[in-house]
Amino acid sequence: MSENTTEEQGAAPSRRKVIGWGGAGLALGAAAAGGAVALTRDGDRTAPVADSGGAVPFHGPHQAGIATAVQDRLHFASFDVKTKDRDELIQLLKDWTRAAERMTAGAEVGEGAYGGLPEAPPDDTGEALGLKPSRLTLTIGFGPSLFDGRFGLKDKRPGALVELPKFPGDNLDPARSGGDICVQACADDPQVAVHAIRNLARIGFGKVAVRWSQLGFGKTSSTTPDAQTPRNLFGFKDGTRNIAGTETDRLAKHVWVSGKDAEGAAAWMDGGSYLVARRIRMNVETWDRTPLSEQEDIFGRDKKEGAPVGKAKEHDEPFLKAMKPDSHVRLAHPDSNNGATILRRGYSFTDGTDGLGRLDAGLFFLAYMKDVRTGFIPVQTQLAKHDALNEYTQHVGSALFAVPPGVRDKDDWWGRALFA
Amino acid sequence: MRAVRLSVVTAAAAAAALTAVTGCAEKSDSKASDDAITVVAKDDSCEVSKKEFPAGHVKLAVENRGSKITEVYVLFPDDRIVTERENIGPGTKATVTAEFKSGDYFIACKPGMKGDGIRQAVKATGGKTAAKRSPEMDAAVAAYRQYVQAQADETLPKVKVFTDAVRAGDVEAAKKAYAESRIGWERTEPVAESFGDIDPKVDVREDGLEDGQDPAKDWTGWHRLEKALWQDKKIGDREKQLADLLDKDLADWQKRVGKAEITPTSMANGAKELLDEVATGKVTGEEERYSHTDLVDFKANVEGAQKSFDLLKPVASKNDPKLVADLDKQFAALNTLLDKYRTDKSGYVFTSYEKVGKTERKELSDGVNALAEPLSKLAAAVVK
Repeated sequence: MSENTTEEQGAAPSRRKVIGWGGAGLALGAAAAGGAVALTRDGDRTAPVADSGGAVPFHGPHQAGIATAVQDRLHFASFDVKTKDRDELIQLLKDWTRAAERMTAGAEVGEGAYGGLPEAPPDDTGEALGLKPSRLTLTIGFGPSLFDGRFGLKDKRPGALVELPKFPGDNLDPARSGGDICVQACADDPQVAVHAIRNLARIGFGKVAVRWSQLGFGKTSSTTPDAQTPRNLFGFKDGTRNIAGTETDRLAKHVWVSGKDAEGAAAWMDGGSYLVARRIRMNVETWDRTPLSEQEDIFGRDKKEGAPVGKAKEHDEPFLKAMKPDSHVRLAHPDSNNGATILRRGYSFTDGTDGLGRLDAGLFFLAYMKDVRTGFIPVQTQLAKHDALNEYTQHVGSALFAVPPGVRDKDDWWGRALFA
Repeated sequence: MRAVRLSVVTAAAAAAALTAVTGCAEKSDSKASDDAITVVAKDDSCEVSKKEFPAGHVKLAVENRGSKITEVYVLFPDDRIVTERENIGPGTKATVTAEFKSGDYFIACKPGMKGDGIRQAVKATGGKTAAKRSPEMDAAVAAYRQYVQAQADETLPKVKVFTDAVRAGDVEAAKKAYAESRIGWERTEPVAESFGDIDPKVDVREDGLEDGQDPAKDWTGWHRLEKALWQDKKIGDREKQLADLLDKDLADWQKRVGKAEITPTSMANGAKELLDEVATGKVTGEEERYSHTDLVDFKANVEGAQKSFDLLKPVASKNDPKLVADLDKQFAALNTLLDKYRTDKSGYVFTSYEKVGKTERKELSDGVNALAEPLSKLAAAVVK
């Protein structure tokens, strides 16, 4: 589906070029966006190619960064809203949308990073100059706390935007949990992702403040099953049976909010999704001392191929009863959870070391779904109780967000339907 | 305070009368033109291609042919910094540009980035003088100059209360007078820092000393005494000498501060720099690590920034009324937040910063960011 990126226009433009062309650069962005709308209208296909530095269209019925082929890097930020003024918050969302349009197209924010008034700090921070768009996607979500009455949104809180229950073993740090608004920045170049969050945070000063943020260096799931399945920090393939960006039916069934799920308080969520973010610390040192057979038993797949127990190939249908009752794959499988299926989009992280000589490493779990009450919550309830992997993991951060539908065009903005 | 070398950076901004613009090394090559003055910096020389040139916008094409990292300064005859460029590596080039009024200057190379540098006297000739400012701008600058002078004049007696207590060996009295003695300085710090040499004498922290400086001999000023009072809890002969020295250095500041080059731009940038000071030194609790009186400095920095803003308001509100409204709001919000940490709203007794928890510090930091970001746009609103 390379037609879904600017690749088709020739080589992916560098950021500098997009700006250098001025109007031409904008026209290019508009053309790409128009292409996306046409495409999604046809078949609701929102997953562009995985192998380019090109631009992912920002506009469409769904936000990019969900079904989009998973990029290599992540910078995820959760914000507290500081302003008490609803109009100011709305203006920020509009400003952010315009900045996101530009950055995802590979352009600089506002008037750019140089060439402006020498007395004024440049609008753009500049570190992405000369870098390709790198398939940057920016995806916004609204947390339960945004609906607490400060902005007159109480009656717009969807029933699915619950408080997640406390799961056994949770050791959640409030400073790494929750938040009024989140932005997920994914890109193939880490500097492009960090640049995006940094510039949005800068535009937001006074209106919002970063509550916490997380860098992810490697994808642990893909939405492109033809590509090699990525491995997590335990060395196992992860997300083998993940929902693919091309599986329109499964996306409609498990990920996109529609129909009766988009009625009443949740009417503004039509075309949106729900995002669960969990910072899962992995005790990699103890895991590395675990015998191979035990590691494979714990997962329920073999380490080299990723084949389910008793099968030869990764994508062979797993026979759950052949796996140990407490194996991860068996417990997490839809067949063990009334068919519960979620789209996983997590990243491995390493935030240096923990002061005790161990890597502060783990999985920043991100999953999108139509309803957490039938998706993440039942699955995690099972896992938290029984998963043999729990000996090596601990959930230390948690957040849930309602992810609104996509921005349709240049006049639309993030959250317009919510604030309508 | 800030680290010694950083104070020099501030100076360039404070002396931005000349709207000094330092170029970027990478971009300089394409920009450097034939009319540039060449400065060849070596380890033992600083060669300038022209000693006399017409006043106006002048470009210096700097090449470091020495073996050490160097800095190049353009200085007024009284050492006030016109502009400077740091960290020019051996074998690299850089461009420095500045607006020269007619008059005398020094161009100084500092191989190893230390000392007074190797100097060349140069002269800008011709009639070109600084652009005429509007009466409103002149009024703002004049009022700010008076404010800065008044702060220095009022600070000296307060410092004497502090230094007298040190000389009397009275630890408790000295501790009591310490924070208050710093308020006037903290309010106007960017101007004081523009002199370059005073700040490192009176307001440097131990970690701000340069490599090779001996804390026992070379560390002077408020924070050295702060450490003696709060950590070592004793006053010896050395501390009494340092009290004398502090009086003397601050008297020098008082004498010179009125002559500082001040412009509307430097006032606006100075306001932003005061918030930078808060963000990097006070919110973190680094500035007053022994006395924990950071919130007093914090408040003084905000007051000084607000003074500049208030004086520039007539000009700025014509060019950018939205920015002015936002700044009014954010100054008020930050002051309200700070008031939570003092019971007497007219006094300067604030909660000890070690008692301010992580969540509260985050709240203060968010408030500083909320104000500093729009404040960084004030200079542009003034010159637009």
